Formats: sequence, C-alpha cells, structure tokens
Amino acid sequence: MTTNLDVTESSSSPAPEASAAAESRRIALVGVPNAGKTALFNALTGARQKVANYAGVTVERKEGFTTTPDGTRISILDLPGTYSLRARSPDEAVTRDAVLGRIAGEAAPDVIVCVADATNLRVAIRLALELKQVGRPMILALNMHDIALRQGVDIDLAKLSAALGMPVIPTVATRRRGIDRLLETVEALAASAHSTSPSSWHEPTAAEVRAGHAAADRIVRTATRPPTRPDTWTGRIDNVLLHPVAGTLILLLLLFLMFQAVFAWATPVMDLISGGFDAAATWVKASFPPGMLRSLIADGIITGVGSVLVFLPQIMILFLFIILLEDLGYMARAAFLMDRLMGAAGLHGRAFIPLLSSFACAIPGIMAARVIDSRRDRLATIMVAPLMTCSARIPVYTLIIAAFIPRQTVLGGLNLQGLVMFGLYATGIVSALLVAFVMRRLLWRGQVEPFIMELPAYKKPDPKNVAVNVLLRAKVFLQRAGTIILAMMVLIWFLSSVPGAPPGATEPAIDYSFAGMLGHALAPLLAPIGFNWQMTVALIPGMAAREVAVGALATVYAVSGEGDGPLGSLLAAHWSLPTALSFLAWYIFAPQCLSTLGVVRRETNSIVWPLAMFAYMLVLAYAASFVVFNVAQALVG
Amino acid sequence: MSADNHYHLRSLGRSLSQSPPPILDGYDADLVRLGHGAKGLKGVVALVGAAEPAVAGAISAAELERRLLEIGFVEGAAVEILHEGAFGRDPIVVRVDDTRVALRRREADAVLVRLG
Repeated sequence: MTTNLDVTESSSSPAPEASAAAESRRIALVGVPNAGKTALFNALTGARQKVANYAGVTVERKEGFTTTPDGTRISILDLPGTYSLRARSPDEAVTRDAVLGRIAGEAAPDVIVCVADATNLRVAIRLALELKQVGRPMILALNMHDIALRQGVDIDLAKLSAALGMPVIPTVATRRRGIDRLLETVEALAASAHSTSPSSWHEPTAAEVRAGHAAADRIVRTATRPPTRPDTWTGRIDNVLLHPVAGTLILLLLLFLMFQAVFAWATPVMDLISGGFDAAATWVKASFPPGMLRSLIADGIITGVGSVLVFLPQIMILFLFIILLEDLGYMARAAFLMDRLMGAAGLHGRAFIPLLSSFACAIPGIMAARVIDSRRDRLATIMVAPLMTCSARIPVYTLIIAAFIPRQTVLGGLNLQGLVMFGLYATGIVSALLVAFVMRRLLWRGQVEPFIMELPAYKKPDPKNVAVNVLLRAKVFLQRAGTIILAMMVLIWFLSSVPGAPPGATEPAIDYSFAGMLGHALAPLLAPIGFNWQMTVALIPGMAAREVAVGALATVYAVSGEGDGPLGSLLAAHWSLPTALSFLAWYIFAPQCLSTLGVVRRETNSIVWPLAMFAYMLVLAYAASFVVFNVAQALVG
Repeated sequence: MSADNHYHLRSLGRSLSQSPPPILDGYDADLVRLGHGAKGLKGVVALVGAAEPAVAGAISAAELERRLLEIGFVEGAAVEILHEGAFGRDPIVVRVDDTRVALRRREADAVLVRLG
C-alpha cells in the first residue's frame, strides 16, 4: 500500500518532527474502542495536537507532542480504536501500516503503547499479545485504574507485566496520573535498542484469535481477581435508557434538545458574527474609494471570512453534544436504539446524529458523520445529508410560500402555507432515505455492514477532555474546510462583480459580470423547468449559500428598474405559480451550497464524492422541477 | 421449560430445517442461535462462526467469525441477552462475560449458545 502523508493538509505550525534529532522519540497509541485512548492522548499532549489526513483515505492522522523533563521531544500518534491490527478496510489498513512502519516517509514507532481499560482486560490483553508480534518495544497502559480500584479489581501489576513480557503502567488519563511514569518508561525502552526484533506479525486466523483469547484469559486469571464491588450502575441505567419505550422517548427528548441547541442557541452568536462582518464590510465601503479593490475586500474577503466563521457556533455546539454523549457512553446506546430505523434505508444506527444536525446545517452534519466508523456507512450518510432541509433554505421557502401560496385553511383547519412547508421538509427526508437506499443498492449491492459494537460502561465526562476535543473540531474546521470555503466565496465574488458595469449601464451590475453571462447562457437550459433568466443569474451568487439567493433575486430584480417594493409581491407579479413551485422543488434538491461541497471534499479526502454529490443533486433538482413545472402548468392551464 | 425457551427452540427448529449448522457432534436440543433468542436468554457460547454464507452480508462468514471473536464472543464465554431494540426487537444487547455488546440478530445468528 502506497500511503503517503498528504502534507498540504497539515496545520499551519511547522512540523517540528521533520528536524528529527537523535533524542526525539515517536510512540503510537493503540487500543480497543472505549479504553480511554483519546483521553490519554489529550493528557499526554494537552492542546499540542495536529490533525491531517492520510492520502486517499478518510482516516484522520492525529499526532501530538510532548517534552519530557530531560528535554526529549516525544511525538505521539493516536490511532483509531481497534480490536485487532488486522485491516478490515483500506481505512483500517492505515493503522496497521503505521504500526508496522510501512507508511512511506514515516518510520515505525519507537514504542507502541497499548491502552487497556483496567476494568475490562481480556479483550485488551488479546490485542496486546497480537501487537507483541510486531516486535517493537511495548508498554501496556492500564487506564482507568482508579475505577478498577474503586470496583475492587485486584490487579497484580508485577505478575501481569511478567506474563505479558512488557512494562505495565497504571494510568488515570483524566487526572493525568501515571503520565510521567509512562513517559519515563517510553524513554527507557526507546534507549535500549535491543528490545526491538523483526516483526513476525501476520493476520491472525480465527484459530489464532481463539488461542489469543485463551492465553489472555489465563493471564487475566493469574494476575487479577474479579471485582468485589462490580459496577451495577451501568446495568441499572441501561434498564431505563435502553427500555423500548422509555429509552426511545428519552432519546427523542435528547435529540430535540440537541436540535434546539444547534438551531436556536447558535442563532444569536451567528447573528452577532454576521452582523459584525456586515458592519466591517459597510465600514470598508464607506472608508475606501469605490473600485475593484474595495469590492474585493468588502464583498469578497470580509464577507467570505464571515461566511466561514458563521458556521462555528453550530459546529461547536453540535460537537459539544456529540463529545459529551460519546464520553458519557451514551452514543453507542443511541445508535442501538436507532439502528433499526436507519437500517431500513441501509444506514448505520449512528447516522441519525449527522442527519438530524443537517436540519440546522449540512456542514456540521457532514462533519458529525465521523461518529460512524465504517467507511461505506459514513459515505452514504454524507451523501444524503444535504437533502435534509437546512436552515438556509427557510428564507427561500418562506419568501416563495408567502408570495404564492394563499393564506387559507384546507382539509378542516390545516394552514395551507404550513402544509406546503411541511411537505418540503418531508420530501427532503424521504428523498434522503431513498437516495441512501438506492446508493446502497447500486454501489454496494447487498453489502450491509455488520453492526457489532461494545456498549461501554457509563462514565462522567471530563470537562477538560471535552473542551480540548471541541476546540480541536473547531480548529480542524477552520483550517481545513474554512480555507476552501473562503476560496469559493472569493471566486463567487469574482464571478458576480467582474467585469463591472459599463458607464451608463441600465441593468444591474451583476448582469454584466461573468455570473450574468453564465446565467444568460444557462437560461435556455433552465427554461424547460420554468426559470427565467433573472432566476438563472441569481442562482450563481446563490451558490455561496442557499439564503443568498433571496438577496441575489433582490439584486437582479430591484435594481433592474422593474419596480421596487417587497421582493415577495415583486416576484408574485413576475413569476407564474408553476415557476414558483418549480423554484421550491429546485431548492429541495439542488446543490446550491459550495460550502457543503467544500466540506465533503475535506471529509472524504477525495474530489470524486463532492462531484458525485453535485451531479446527483443537480439531476434530482432538474427532474423534480421539470415534473412540478409541467404538472402545475397542465393543472393551472 | 419456560415459554421463552420454547420460543427459541421453535425458531431454531425452523432455522435448522432450512439449513443445518455446520456442526453435528455438539448439536443437541439445548443449542440455540443467539440471534433467535429473546430477552433473558442465558447460556454459554458453544460455537462462533455458524453463519450461513448468505447471512454475513458485506463480509464473509469467516470475517464475521473473526469480528465476533475479537469483540469477545469466544467459545466458553457466558452470554445473556439484556435488551432488545424497540422496533422489531432488533438489534439486541448481549452481556459477554464482563462486557456488553450490541449487535443485529443476523450477526448474532453466527453464535450458537448452550442454554444454561
């Protein structure tokens, strides 16, 4: 496998490990899911982390740094949680190759630290035995040691260490206990080169996994005694939270709260951000002489940066919820409760969080798809997320509905306008599930990923760990998606303002720009779905974000001298009902948001998926609008 | 015999008549497929990897066997079905020795359990 580090993805901080001095060490953290590996990583590195992608796969490469008291630099690689080094997908091959030192330009780690949950040893010890075959110096970090002690698990560290043939260091990652001893041991092991031997690792067969379990079982029985006060809380809480009725209701309540938070709590901050950037743009317009430069700064760069930052509140609130639920141990339970519903559309139980978040905005939603481990499940979720009705569609929907749908009650008391709005939401949901279903059938026929996951014991989340992880997500968004979104915003500005209007121009400036030319050129293509050229032109700046289309329509119409007054009544005078309905249908499906495509590009680490998304959404939008326009035309006459 | 067990055996019988599991020596009336069990089923894992090829889905039966083994479903492990999903009683949560694992019934069917 030719996995290379994608250097363009790395953070702005210079890569210090490039100047690898003799005393710099590299360690890799490997462990089964829920062993507290990320908490240990955060305890080791603090905020000194950077996230990149391995070329060609969706796996994140998380690396952090620390310095020991005697000045040795240690780089720590956090690898995805796994039960075996055996790669089940191209993504998981990265973990294996990183540990084995098969990645080009990246040496094998000096020391492998296997992170184990001290309260749940057998599976972890089997993994440690498998990792031993790699031949690198190894340490077993016995994490959550405090919980084991509290439960009265008696672990004989000396016996365990002797049986495994590696140092065993008890740690409590959330309290930074055992971290210094862990680093000292890393240093001591790395200094004694003789502990390295050639790798004899190979994919374990089923028989070898069984033998590994038997060996792990023997080790656990000789070195530990079972808890005298086992955790009974998890079982008791599960009786409520996994109850078919109560559990489902609690989940719905939690989801409602989360949706409210992402949708409503973020709004004041978002308004503040966009207000601030609008004010800055206005100030620039007032303080600089008119011209291209002023327009670039005010409408291109300031507006562009604003349109990146405006996503931050939603992303941080959403990830705060996700990380809290994950650290509590609830996320796996929620996936269990939702699996059947999601599974009907061929999606994973965990897909509901990204999809729900997409009702606020597809961008945090698509980023949230990271909670899904399997690559196919994650891709299917990402691909349908933009079909969920995001909040940016609401201004478009309300404008058109208010202008064209009569304010009347139908079917005994139902508000027709509300009914249309509901229909637009429902169409989005149903089509997302259908697309996911069809995608599964076409691309991965019959290949249902198995749903097998451990439900961890409930734990109190560590505030510091939660804060570090939320900030990391914000940083990753700004560094990776933010740059691409900003570039696209400047591009849209360029298309909409260059070339400028000639002297004595009668039409709005946008009409003379590239966007205007493009709009006029595309108009014949969109005529069959009832769009006039003004709409086609407005769609191009509308690529910046869906709600921008409202402003763009105002620009195209209001300044074109065809009258002023509220945009709604203006549209009502200019558009036929079939055209308006066709426009609504267009907005359910059309890929009218470049930021979404930018995030998909980053999250899938590929150009193919955003292009495929653009294509399928465009086809659906055109088809839906065509049908709606012609049916409405035939009915209205 | 409890009503619960009666249910397991009946569904097991149907499943076996379609395609017998690849074991004969160990087979007796106390063996059930984990995926056919109801909440409260208790027993010891008798065999892992008893999936029919069509059941495994995206992964081969051998791959499913290894994944089940890796997460702790190994012969001799004590298992108990703790919870069932709200819709169609699928997936299920199974206690495997000291851990809890959620899995769909189709995957759980690859585990044969000796009741006890």
